[in-house]
Amino acid sequence: MSVSARSAAAEERSVNSSTMGQQKNLEGYVGFANLPNQVYRKSVKRGFEFTLMVVGESGLGKSTLINSLFLTDLYSPEYPGPSHRIKKTVQVEQSKVLIKEGGVQLLLTIVDTPGFGDAVDNSNCWQPVIDYIDSKFEDYLNAESRVNRRQMPDNRVQCCLYFIAPSGHGLKPLDIEFMKRLHEKVNIIPLIAKADTLTPEECQQFKKQIMKEIQEHKIKIYEFPETDDEEENKLVKKIKDRLPLAVVGSNTIIEVNGKRVRGRQYPWGVAEVENGEHCDFTILRNMLIRTHMQDLKDVTNNVHYENYRSRKLAAVTYNGVDNNKNKGQLTKSPLAQMEEERREHVAKMKKMEMEMEQVFEMKVKEKVQKLKDSEAENLGKEQEEREDLLNSLLTTSYVLVANMPAWTSVFVGSV
Amino acid sequence: MATKTTCMSSQGSDDEQRKRENVRSLTMSGHVGFESLPDQLVNRSIQQGFCFNILCVGETGIGKSTLIDTLFNTNFEDYESSHFCPNVKLKAQTYELQESNVRLKLTIVNTVGFGDQINKEESYQPIVDYIDAQFEAYLQEELKIKRSLFTYHDSRIHVCLYFISPTGHSLKTLDLLTMKNLDSKVNIIPVIAKADTVSKTELQKFKIKLMSELVSNGVQIYQFPTDDDTIAKVNAAMNGQLPFAVVGSMDEVKVGNKMVKARQYPWGVVQVENENHCDFVKLREMLICTNMEDLREQTHTRHYELYRRCKLEEMGFTDVGPENKPVSLQETYEAKRHEFHGERQRKEEEMKQMFVQRVKEKEAILKEAERELQAKFEHLKRLHQEERMKLEEKRRLLEEEIIAFSKKKATSEIFHGQSFLATGSNLRKDKDRKKEPSCGFELLCVDVRTCENSGGRKDAEKGREGHSARGRP
Repeated sequence: MSVSARSAAAEERSVNSSTMGQQKNLEGYVGFANLPNQVYRKSVKRGFEFTLMVVGESGLGKSTLINSLFLTDLYSPEYPGPSHRIKKTVQVEQSKVLIKEGGVQLLLTIVDTPGFGDAVDNSNCWQPVIDYIDSKFEDYLNAESRVNRRQMPDNRVQCCLYFIAPSGHGLKPLDIEFMKRLHEKVNIIPLIAKADTLTPEECQQFKKQIMKEIQEHKIKIYEFPETDDEEENKLVKKIKDRLPLAVVGSNTIIEVNGKRVRGRQYPWGVAEVENGEHCDFTILRNMLIRTHMQDLKDVTNNVHYENYRSRKLAAVTYNGVDNNKNKGQLTKSPLAQMEEERREHVAKMKKMEMEMEQVFEMKVKEKVQKLKDSEAENLGKEQEEREDLLNSLLTTSYVLVANMPAWTSVFVGSV
Repeated sequence: MATKTTCMSSQGSDDEQRKRENVRSLTMSGHVGFESLPDQLVNRSIQQGFCFNILCVGETGIGKSTLIDTLFNTNFEDYESSHFCPNVKLKAQTYELQESNVRLKLTIVNTVGFGDQINKEESYQPIVDYIDAQFEAYLQEELKIKRSLFTYHDSRIHVCLYFISPTGHSLKTLDLLTMKNLDSKVNIIPVIAKADTVSKTELQKFKIKLMSELVSNGVQIYQFPTDDDTIAKVNAAMNGQLPFAVVGSMDEVKVGNKMVKARQYPWGVVQVENENHCDFVKLREMLICTNMEDLREQTHTRHYELYRRCKLEEMGFTDVGPENKPVSLQETYEAKRHEFHGERQRKEEEMKQMFVQRVKEKEAILKEAERELQAKFEHLKRLHQEERMKLEEKRRLLEEEIIAFSKKKATSEIFHGQSFLATGSNLRKDKDRKKEPSCGFELLCVDVRTCENSGGRKDAEKGREGHSARGRP
């Protein structure tokens, strides 16, 4: 998730509150300040859901970290972690747990990937993960597109914790490949696993190297949002400086200085999980669960899911239509597209009809004119002939009439 | 119920679902911190701001604007509407309000001219159309390929305040008709307007009468929800007080030592916020403080979904294909597209065929006309031919006569000449005569023939002259 995506969203927000209303000041108590409480109540009643994916080679402490994060035996001998369930090929498996705290119910889905990165040839080991995420998006899209939508279960992966082995040097090619392929489908939070094998200086060096490589490869890891609150922003900046978070997990409770803490007991001391000087576990827990869980869900819904959806629908809508024409027209819905096609067709038919009418009229006119002309011509000729004949006859009769007196006189004379 | 998360209201069905999906319930050994999730959600909502759209339906002058002003403690509009609008129009205005840290984008939609026309049959249709148009706009946005629903300005009506005239008797037919047409599209909260004209006892009877009329006519008004324990009791009680009898006023009157919103009459002061005087406070509580979010949710999950379902079904979309197998949007869309394409092809073919048919018909007509003309022409020609033959015949006869005459004349002239010779006068004339008789008429005949072509009268005259010269005794 890049800076640009977030700032673009923020910009859109301000542009779209372009249906700005008039500012009005209240002259007294109204009561809508209680709206947040109403929202609070309803959300508690509904309950919450979250889907978290953990990815990394076996033995990096993924299960232990999850148990530590949620202070529960999510992974136990009865429900073994991914490292104990390796099959021949990479699997993507989920387990759901329901946990309650302070009246708030959380349905937590943990998705893990046994076998990831453990084979000799790990080419395409990310493919099952991509397929899983896409299939969840697809399920959601189908549920959302139904005519009858009632229950819309949300199983979309909202966060992916990616475990980096604490080599101390840099990212492995597999790490880079995986993150590059998944950063536009899910919020990736890279973690340095088993951080208690690194000294603070080594850790610092390692982190710098990793961030450098992440930037080089243009990998977009999950970004913490800017807020209007100055204090909060300071905190956010502190977190950003410590990325990627170096974590330690533990299933055992040890007593240290009279306190019972989660930690790992070594001959040389105890590495405490929740000690900020020992590792970044607390930061991770606070960020992931206490402050940014909702934001992770929002980003998944508003960015990753929407990307998936628009790509999917564009393929459906413009199937069979020349795509060059339609670049930049992705704001239409499939229904609107159909409507437009229908309108285009109606216009085309009208035009066709008009053209045909014109041609028709023209041809008819021509033909009629031709007939008229030939009729006129024929009649004219006839008329002419007739006139000539009449004239000649007229002449002959004139002659006769003219000569009658002469001839009769001749006869008269002769008699 | 909820839009994007699994509905968890009824424990029973959820437990079943969870068993099906193999969901384990676990307990935590410490404080994890996700109980802040509702706060996170609330913070995001506050950041985004809220939006609420009210539609006010009621006759002109019934007090809609005043009530809204009073409800939101703001002077929104300045002018009064006229009573002379030819039809009902809807006017929407958007305002930005803020109370403590909560920003509210409030849109007030007023029905201008409702109930003013002499014929009120068309009164409710513009309202229904407006509500549908907002649903349609949202649906279009939701169906776009590239959409931004989270920044979309939602203009769908969340609540309709229906203002009932305080007649004290019953609902008007227009009211029943309108509400019946709106109840499946919007949350209706009926209020008795200008309630300060109804006395307390009358009010009780009036409310009962109104509610029973609504029930018996099957009008579904909004019920305040009773599923949340914290507010169930209050809501249930309020449901029994519907419709709220309200009085609105932005004028302040001094009562005791406070300035309160009230209406001052010679016989007393009606205090808006006094629950003994009217139900204004109840309305404000229910509408704004307690159930605003529920109104928004109901609009989205019930009314909008109903509209969407009807619209999609109208266009031929279904969830289940011909063999009762579930169909995805893609398949439906492709099928539809294919269908339309086929139909369009068919229409084009049809038009072409029709055109070909017309051409054929016209051709036939013209051919017929041509034939008729030809026949007429032939007929005419024949007539002329006959005429010509007759005339030729006559001419032949005339010519024969002429020849006969000339012969006679020649013979008579010979006799004549012989008698002249005997007398010895007019030698010249004899000469002429001698020349002329033999060739004279022949000349004439020749001339006549040439006359046919030149229409020569002159030659005839020449002949005449010659003869007359000779012919006078």
